[in-house]
Amino acid sequence: MSVILVFLLVIVGFAGWWLSHQRLMAKPWLEQGVIGDIIGPEGSTLPTAKIGLGVFLAVVGCLFALFTSAYFMRMALSDWQALPLPRVLWFNTSVLVLSSIALHCASVAARRGQIDTVRLGLATAGLTALVFLIGQLVAWRELTADGYLLTANPANSFFYLITGMHGLHILGGLVALSRTTAGAWNGTPPERLRLSVELCAMYWHFLLFVWLAIFALLAGWAATFIEICRQLLT
Amino acid sequence: MVDITPADTVPPAEVAEMELYHPHSWWTKYVFSQDAKVIAIQYSATATAIGMVALVLSWMMRLQLGFPGTFDFITPEAYYQFITMHGMIMVIYLLTALFLGGFGNYLIPLMVGARDMVFPYVNMLSYWIYLLAVLVLVSSFFAPGGPTGAGWTLYPPQAIMTGTPGGQDWGIILMLVSLILFIIGFTMGGLNYVVTVLQARTRGMTLMRLPLTVWGIFTATVMALLAFPALFVACVMMLFDRALGTSFFMPAIVEMGEQLQHGGGSPILFQHLFWFFGHPEVYIVALPAFGIVSDLISTHARKNIFGYRMMVWAIVGIGALSFVVWAHHMYVSGMHPYFGFFFATTTLIIAVPTAIKVYNWVLTLWRGDIHLTIPMLFALAFIVTFVNGGLTGLFLGNVVVDVPLSDTMFVVAHFHMVMGVAPILVIFGAIYHWYPKVTGRMLNEAMGQFHFWVTFLGAYLIFFPMHYIGLMGVPRRYNELTDMTVMTESAHDLNSFISIMAFLVGFAQVVFLFNLIWSIRHGREAGGNPWRATTLEWQTPQTPPAHGNFGKELPIVYRWAYDYSVPGAKEDFIPQNMPGSFGSSREPA
Amino acid sequence: MAIALVLVLVVVGSVLFHFLSPWWWTPIASNWDYIDNTIIITFWITGVVFAAVVLFMAYCVFRFRHREGNQAAYEPENKRLEWWLTIVTAIGVTAMLVPGLFVWNQFVSVPSDATVVEVVGQQWQWSFRLPGKDGKLGTSDTRNVSPENPLGVNASDANGQDDVVVEAADLHLPVGKPVKMLLRSIDVLHDFYVPEFRAKMDMIPGSVTYFWFTPTKTGTFQVLCAELCGQGHPLMNGVVMVDTAEDYLAWLGEQQTFAQLSAPQQVGSAE
Repeated sequence: MSVILVFLLVIVGFAGWWLSHQRLMAKPWLEQGVIGDIIGPEGSTLPTAKIGLGVFLAVVGCLFALFTSAYFMRMALSDWQALPLPRVLWFNTSVLVLSSIALHCASVAARRGQIDTVRLGLATAGLTALVFLIGQLVAWRELTADGYLLTANPANSFFYLITGMHGLHILGGLVALSRTTAGAWNGTPPERLRLSVELCAMYWHFLLFVWLAIFALLAGWAATFIEICRQLLT
Repeated sequence: MVDITPADTVPPAEVAEMELYHPHSWWTKYVFSQDAKVIAIQYSATATAIGMVALVLSWMMRLQLGFPGTFDFITPEAYYQFITMHGMIMVIYLLTALFLGGFGNYLIPLMVGARDMVFPYVNMLSYWIYLLAVLVLVSSFFAPGGPTGAGWTLYPPQAIMTGTPGGQDWGIILMLVSLILFIIGFTMGGLNYVVTVLQARTRGMTLMRLPLTVWGIFTATVMALLAFPALFVACVMMLFDRALGTSFFMPAIVEMGEQLQHGGGSPILFQHLFWFFGHPEVYIVALPAFGIVSDLISTHARKNIFGYRMMVWAIVGIGALSFVVWAHHMYVSGMHPYFGFFFATTTLIIAVPTAIKVYNWVLTLWRGDIHLTIPMLFALAFIVTFVNGGLTGLFLGNVVVDVPLSDTMFVVAHFHMVMGVAPILVIFGAIYHWYPKVTGRMLNEAMGQFHFWVTFLGAYLIFFPMHYIGLMGVPRRYNELTDMTVMTESAHDLNSFISIMAFLVGFAQVVFLFNLIWSIRHGREAGGNPWRATTLEWQTPQTPPAHGNFGKELPIVYRWAYDYSVPGAKEDFIPQNMPGSFGSSREPA
Repeated sequence: MAIALVLVLVVVGSVLFHFLSPWWWTPIASNWDYIDNTIIITFWITGVVFAAVVLFMAYCVFRFRHREGNQAAYEPENKRLEWWLTIVTAIGVTAMLVPGLFVWNQFVSVPSDATVVEVVGQQWQWSFRLPGKDGKLGTSDTRNVSPENPLGVNASDANGQDDVVVEAADLHLPVGKPVKMLLRSIDVLHDFYVPEFRAKMDMIPGSVTYFWFTPTKTGTFQVLCAELCGQGHPLMNGVVMVDTAEDYLAWLGEQQTFAQLSAPQQVGSAE
């Protein structure tokens, strides 16, 4: 459970940092009047939707951290046999990176009001994300064809489970992205469009990060890395 | 003293935005409503309905335990299905849903001075997915093989094996699917509760001016958002094991002489995941109760809550600490024994902030002006049962004391007292307190008195003696106690007594439900602020509050939530949105 | 007003119930009276706190109940009082925790002279295995379980041949000798629990757990399963008899070893 505890420690650190700016030591009974004038507005100046997405991403991060924790705990048992990663995963990774870059460009363009670049970026991102998903299915098929079935070994089970869970999140993101893309063609007001593009980009970057972490995990690098850290510590 | 001149009122800019989702038809107003208050009532009604099912199930269990062999229809299978569904419904579908989905939805926007939740559409979806989860759960009663009988902890391997009711039928699958749906639905709602508190507070509502109710629900929601994924992961993995034949949790097993296909998995892994959710879950239920009861005591004792800052810090501290105590549910699970030292220490440390909260409630009563209204009675009863249940937690949290007591009726008595009876007493107190705001009418006093006395004393008489049955060594989850040597004749009589009390307490709830319905039409008119309370929900222009909560202009907050009996003020309460400074000597001597 | 009286009655009633009711733990039959002592310490500390808090509350309700013209005091906080309460609580908690951890350390440190007994749980019965003359248990694996080899003993392990196998029958233990119970299950979670011994531990399929104790009284004790193991859970009773040394040896002499039990089958399959 150490992975999830480290993850929570990060969350606690973030929450602590935020709380430390909230005057928790103040004596509220001594303060009358609107103190908003002194310490600024009550909420954050970030758009509410972004904060909402941030909280959601924390939950998603928690989910994957827990899968990782379970992965490591199960891995320690004797019947674990690592499976060879299909080559196509490297291609998929680069496609997903491309997708993220496209959305980044789209959000920069949205800030500048270049609607054509926004459309191009959104379409590229959507297509590359689709290619990523198809690539993941190809990887699954290759593995099954080679006899690495879901139930044959826990390493296989985890591979399908975690990549599947990540794929579902991409799929959910694609729904939001397609709505944004439709909006980009149908003339959503620029302010709103910019916000939704930025939200999509934020989600995409996060899922890319999650994918990279998963990739490292499934390839066995994460375990090696932890082993090295452990040796350094002892 | 910081004294600031009141700023001008907020320009009604948000009103236009609100119009975007303003209900236009009967359907969007009462059924597919995006108004947090309607969603709150939908959540509460659904949770109460499914909670009644769980109450009836508990009667069935008590029939079997109190009068063994008398009722043939309670077969061993049925008994295990009853305990499982009773536990799961009460913990997840009733308590969590009611505190966060019900009270959270109703109170957060009103108390922080917001028009609504920040993502109303997602909020609406949250309820409908919750309803779907409940329906899936209920459907398992009608599925072949019936609902699962794996115990609410759903420990593998037995949860998905033939020796357990529903293990190789639909029961366990429907249970897991229902939980997954619940978690998805809850996450949608939870995002709303958290972000609304973060972003939609009205002017002047700093964090330290929030009523403790909001602090409790807010912290509990943050915890739930981080803890429920653990249950989600456990459920998905178990679903894979059950439906697809993987071996996440399933070791090599010989079942009734047959070797199963699974191998190598770890049942302990499931327990870690389950309790990583399960322990925070206790506080997910407890923290809203802590918050609400603080406000009930303060309002009805006409005195500011004692040690507000300490209360806030304690809530946050308990919330954080509760993530590092989960394995105290696993002292005798066979995990590495050295974990026991760590988890016993963290568990007992958490007793300190919890005790501080209790002291502060009691010290709020000191030199107060205590109105013994029904909400106040429930709050006092909460303190008794919570202290009792919390103290028995010190037995079970202390690793070596837990060894003889774990998995006995002592545990059952403990957690019913501390997270069953205590939070539900708060729920009752809260309903008597806020019902006038929700409906505009007071609940009937006589029925309320009856409900209170029977529920409080009855529940205490059920669960206090039950500890001693556990101390004798009687394990939990036994439908037959007749062959047990430690179970004396008199202990069987005590069990019958407990069962009779359980029926009595259950009956009182029927009276309560009747009161809820009867008073909608026949209750005394309440007016806008019958308890003369300070918080914003009592200052709405209409009662019940209309869509958008506060009419044209949002209130501005000038003071904390606990200005009761301020020396020198004309009335014994000053609403949070009342400008001007009152009181000369606010610094304690 | 009634509530103040009832709060007092709750405290008085609970205390009287605690001291006067006939329901109390069963007489102990093992060395774990340390655990009982820790429970007694905890009862005293928690009992005093419970009575103090509820009685104080009753007094407040009585003394400060609403009467016409009353006004509550305005008292946001009292740092000194809060600190004192925190410190006193911390001391109380430590007073319970420290002895607890001390005893836990004993509980998990098995004495070196403890003899080993293996308990195997399955739906819904108990079996036992004791090491033979070599003092060692042979290895085992759930995969080896068959009707002829109900405990899954590894037939190729020489240490296992002289192991005494007691299938679905009573276990006997010599009085006064520490035993280390090795706990194993071949299907679901079980928990070997004898209330008189105070100790218990889950058994997990796929791994071996343990606890130890020293029986201090001869007699017959009921084994209960304390971890839900399916619908036969309450029927999963067993018997442990704690014997004098002579009786124990007599019983042991009547038992069959693994080799003896599997011999006829091996002959049969060879033909």
